[in-house]
Amino acid sequence: MRPDFSVLFLTTLIGAGQGLFLALFTVQLYALAALLPAPDGHAFYAHGSLLALALLVGGLVASFFHLGRPERAWRSAAKWRTSWLSREVIVLPALMGVVLLYGGAHLLGWKPTLLILPSGLVLDATVGLGVVGTLLAFALFLCTAMIYACLPFLREWASPLTVVNYTLLGGASGFTLAAAFAAWAAPEVTHFLAGWALVLTLLGLVSRSASLIRNARLKPKSTIQTAIGIKHPNIVQKAVGFLGGSFNTREFCHGKPAGTLRSVKWVFLAAAFVVPLALLAAAGSSGPVLALAFAVQYLGLLAERWFFFAQANHPQNLYYQAVA
Amino acid sequence: MTQLALVIDLNVCVGCHACVTSCKEWNTSGSAGPLADMHPYGKDPTGAFFNRVQTFEVGEYPNTQTVHFPKSCLHCEDPPCVPVCPTGASYKRKSDGIVLVDYDKCIGCKYCSWACPYGAREVDPERRVMTKCTLCVDRIYDETKPESERKPACVMACPTSARLFGDIHDPDSIVSQAIRDNAGYALMPEWGTHPANHYLPRRRTPMHIHEDELTRSDNPLKVDGLLPKPAKSEPSLDDVMSW
Ligand code: SF4
Ligand code: SF4
Repeated sequence: MRPDFSVLFLTTLIGAGQGLFLALFTVQLYALAALLPAPDGHAFYAHGSLLALALLVGGLVASFFHLGRPERAWRSAAKWRTSWLSREVIVLPALMGVVLLYGGAHLLGWKPTLLILPSGLVLDATVGLGVVGTLLAFALFLCTAMIYACLPFLREWASPLTVVNYTLLGGASGFTLAAAFAAWAAPEVTHFLAGWALVLTLLGLVSRSASLIRNARLKPKSTIQTAIGIKHPNIVQKAVGFLGGSFNTREFCHGKPAGTLRSVKWVFLAAAFVVPLALLAAAGSSGPVLALAFAVQYLGLLAERWFFFAQANHPQNLYYQAVA
Repeated sequence: MTQLALVIDLNVCVGCHACVTSCKEWNTSGSAGPLADMHPYGKDPTGAFFNRVQTFEVGEYPNTQTVHFPKSCLHCEDPPCVPVCPTGASYKRKSDGIVLVDYDKCIGCKYCSWACPYGAREVDPERRVMTKCTLCVDRIYDETKPESERKPACVMACPTSARLFGDIHDPDSIVSQAIRDNAGYALMPEWGTHPANHYLPRRRTPMHIHEDELTRSDNPLKVDGLLPKPAKSEPSLDDVMSW
C-alpha cells in the first residue's frame, strides 16, 4: 500500500496523545493511592492535558488531508454499526472532549466528590473523567488498529498483533513524552514515568518484532491463478490495459525499491525502540535527554508507520504486475 | 431475490477494448457527471475507468495461449467494500444486487478501495469521490429504450458477444445457463466475497480428422490408382456425379 503522510501523522500523533493522557491519569491514580507524591494540578495535569489535546487535534487535522471531500467529513459518523473507521471518527472527538474537561477540571480546581471508598479514599470528578478518558483512549487504539486489522486479504495487517502494536507504540511514545514533560512540570514523577516508558517501549519492541517475524513467513493466499481463474503454473501478464498511470497503479504500492523497505525497517527498529531505550535508561531526570528520546522515538514511529503501510501487499496488485 | 451480473466468456473475448471505450463513453455522458480524463494526449494520461481489459500469456513458448481478461466490479453477493464505508455512500441494492456509490455522500476516504480485493474501485481524480461499475443502472431500466437495448453499454458493444447480462439467481436466465453449461467460475473464491460476475473458461476446440475425410471414397486419384491404369478418356465416378 502507498503510505499516505496524512495517515502516518494521524495515527502517530493521536497515539502519542492517547499515551500522554494515559500517563497523566496513571500518575493521578498512583498519587491517589499515595504511591507517588502528588504533582501540581495546574502545571502537570492541566498543561499536560493541553499537550495531549494538541496532539489529538493535530492528528485530526492531518486526517482531513487524506480525504477527497473533507467538507463532507461529518458524514463519516453514520455507519458506526459496521465500519471501524466510522467508530474511530466518533471516539476521537469524544476523547478530545473528555481530555479537555479533565484538563479544565484540574485547571479550575473543580473537584466535587463523586464517591468515598470504604477505605476513606475520596474519588472526585477528575478521577471519574480520567476513567472515562482511559476507556475512550483504549477504545480509540482498538478502532484505529481494527481499521487495518479487519481487512482479511491484507494479511500483513489482519492479525491481533496490529491492535497490540498500535496500543503499545502509542503508549510508549505517550509515556516518553510524559516523562520529558514531567522533567519540567513535575520533576518528582519523572523517574516513575521514564520507567514506564522504558517498559512500554520494550514491550512494543517485542510485539512489533513478533509481527515482523509473522509477516516474513506469510504465504500469499491469492495468486495470479486464483485472480484470473486459470490453472497453470506459468502465467505472465502482458498488458494492464492502459499506458499511463491509474488509481490502481498509484494507491496500492509504495513505489520504492525493496532495498528502501529493508533499510526503513532497520531505521525504525533503531529509532523507535533501541535509541529511545538507551536514552530513557541513561536520562535520569534530565529533561533535554528525555525530550530527545521522545523526538527520536516519534520520528522512528513515523518510519514504523511508513513501513506498516509499505509492507502490506494488496491482492489487487496481482492484476497490475506488468505496467505496460 | 434478483442478482444482476455479467458473465464474461474468456473463450470468445478478443481483447478489442470495445467494452472499455463504450463504458467510458456511456458513463462520462450520464447524469452523474463526467468521468475524469486527464491529459489524454499528454505524456502521462490518467483518468477513471469502470472497466479494463488486461492481457495474460498462459504457458511457455511454443505452447502459449493469450488470454484477454476484462475486469470490472464483480457486484459481490457479500461485498467487503460495503460495510467498511463510514458514510454509507457505498451500498448494495436489495432489489437487484447492484453495488453502487452515492457520489454525493462519499468523502473520498478510499477505505472501500482497500477493502476490495479485486481493485475494482477507482477514485475519480477530478470529482475526488470513489467510482466504479454501476452495471449501467441508468440504462438497464430506461423504458424509453427498446427492450433489447436495456443492457449495460459494454454488453451492447462487444463485437464477439463475450459479455452476457442477466440475473444469476434466476436458473433459466441466459447467464445462469451459461455458468452451468460452461463451467462458469468466480474470481478469488478464497475470500468468500461470492462475486456475482462469473467468467467462462477457455475451451479447447478439438479437431477430429477421420480417415475418410482425408481420402474420398470416390477420389478420382484412387480411381486413377487402379491397375491396370484406366485410360484418360474413360469416365470416372466424378463425371457421373458432377451434373
Ligand atoms: S468487486 Fe470489489 S467493489 Fe465490486 S462488490 Fe466486490 S468488493 Fe465491492
Ligand atoms: S471512499 Fe466514499 S464510498 Fe469509499 S468508503 Fe470512503 S466514503 Fe465510502
